Amino acid sequence: MGVSAEIVVDGVSHRYRPAVGRAVLALEDVSLEVRSSEFLALLGPSGCGKSTLLYLIGGFLPVEAGKIVVNGKPVAGPGPDRGIVFQHFALFPWKTVRKNVLYGLERQGLPRAEREARAQSFIELVGLSGFEESYPSQLSGGMKQRAAIARTLAFDPRMLLMDEPFGALDAQTRGLMQTELLNIWERTRKTVIFVTHDVREAVYLAGRVAVMSARPGRIKALIDTSFDKNDPDLHRTKAFVDKVEEVWGLVREEAVRAQQKRAP
Amino acid sequence: MTDTGGVANWTTLAGVADRLGRVRQPLLRYAPLLILAVVWEVAARLHLLSTSALPPLSDVAAAWLELARSGELFTNAADSLYRAGAGLGLAVIVGAVLGIAMATWRPLDLMAGPLVELFYPMPKSALIPVTALWLGFGDGSKILLIFLGCMLPVTLGGYNGARGADRLLIWSARSMGASRLRTLLDVVLPSALPELANGVRTALALSFILLVSSEMIAARQGLGFLIGSLGADGSYEAMFAVVLTVAALGFLADRAYMALVNRALRWRQ
Repeated sequence: MGVSAEIVVDGVSHRYRPAVGRAVLALEDVSLEVRSSEFLALLGPSGCGKSTLLYLIGGFLPVEAGKIVVNGKPVAGPGPDRGIVFQHFALFPWKTVRKNVLYGLERQGLPRAEREARAQSFIELVGLSGFEESYPSQLSGGMKQRAAIARTLAFDPRMLLMDEPFGALDAQTRGLMQTELLNIWERTRKTVIFVTHDVREAVYLAGRVAVMSARPGRIKALIDTSFDKNDPDLHRTKAFVDKVEEVWGLVREEAVRAQQKRAP
Repeated sequence: MTDTGGVANWTTLAGVADRLGRVRQPLLRYAPLLILAVVWEVAARLHLLSTSALPPLSDVAAAWLELARSGELFTNAADSLYRAGAGLGLAVIVGAVLGIAMATWRPLDLMAGPLVELFYPMPKSALIPVTALWLGFGDGSKILLIFLGCMLPVTLGGYNGARGADRLLIWSARSMGASRLRTLLDVVLPSALPELANGVRTALALSFILLVSSEMIAARQGLGFLIGSLGADGSYEAMFAVVLTVAALGFLADRAYMALVNRALRWRQ
């Protein structure tokens, strides 16, 4: 509480107003504190508003009820202190991998030589050497997400907001990317908010998991999930399996409720 | 990708077939034109049609050479291309800016939207006497007409393209520190480009139609004027020569434009 909280979400509600039909209450009275350098997962059934909460923290949607404070300042729009990674990559399709990664560095006004060197080092970090001049349409899903992660890491945001970043990848690629993300996080110690609906992914990656309720979204529980991530057998340890089971129990109730709501 | 040695027999065969196909395709594409030219010549020579209605193609070619030698063809073509180029250029610039501005700024959308919808289906050739009345028989009236006639397809292309810009791309740029204006130039404009390019292609075709029809009705130079005056003089070979020149110019302009667009949009695959 207090001193080390980097992101404070306080009593936030959010309504979606679709072009036709009634407004939908997506979030109701959500409060959450994210500590500096922590890896927090936002977990919940689809449609629970977890992405909405992320977009509010990112400053992409206006905060209408309650407040969100990042590093002591109320959020008033997007900023390069909060880098974002989307499920469907959102790479600029008309730019090559290199130019995509360079974009954030150009906006920061870094000298040309430094920009190029930095972009190259992040392309290497995510294993995309040799694909610098490829366009996104020429890459596989996993490679696109690597490029998107390189683009966000390159301009060195203090916080990483990740919206189901591995949701569109096949199981093998997903597993590899999870390990790589943990390695990067351990090296850089950025504050990460990771939205997912995959319980194992949340428990494996995060130090804390915030379980959200079905719509309207609220924080239902905060579960400590700190394990030794370097243990190659972590997935088979009893502590890990039990934790996954415990979190599953919480999510299952909400998933069932979400299903019932959707039924006519 | 081309294969580089050490390939199995069937790939080599496939490669040969592929290469043959690439030679044959343009042949097939242009064969109908060639057949049409031969049929035209034969039909005219056999007097299946009166020579004034359809002079033999070879006579038309001779008339073309005569027009070219006298320089008449080129001075009039230069006039026409200047008018079409200036009108279309203005239409592309103003149309693109208006369309993208309407897509991104709602008050403008509300105000200009009904005007665009009202004028879009109007046949622009109806404006030929109006622009002639305002600006006379010279370049000005043609440029204004082509500008007015070609602007709206570009506006609609820019509007639809910019409206279709992916929200997440805009957010990405903003989160990397791009200002709103920067985002407009770096994200909205390139997102609008494919649709904008279609609008400009429509406008390009329209510019030729409006150019020739306005020059036939109200001009003293230009290819359209030449077609009209040669027809009135009964120089049908020369008239056909100019008609074919206009068709060829239109075709070449479209080809050159599409080559440019495909280069600019090569990121799409």
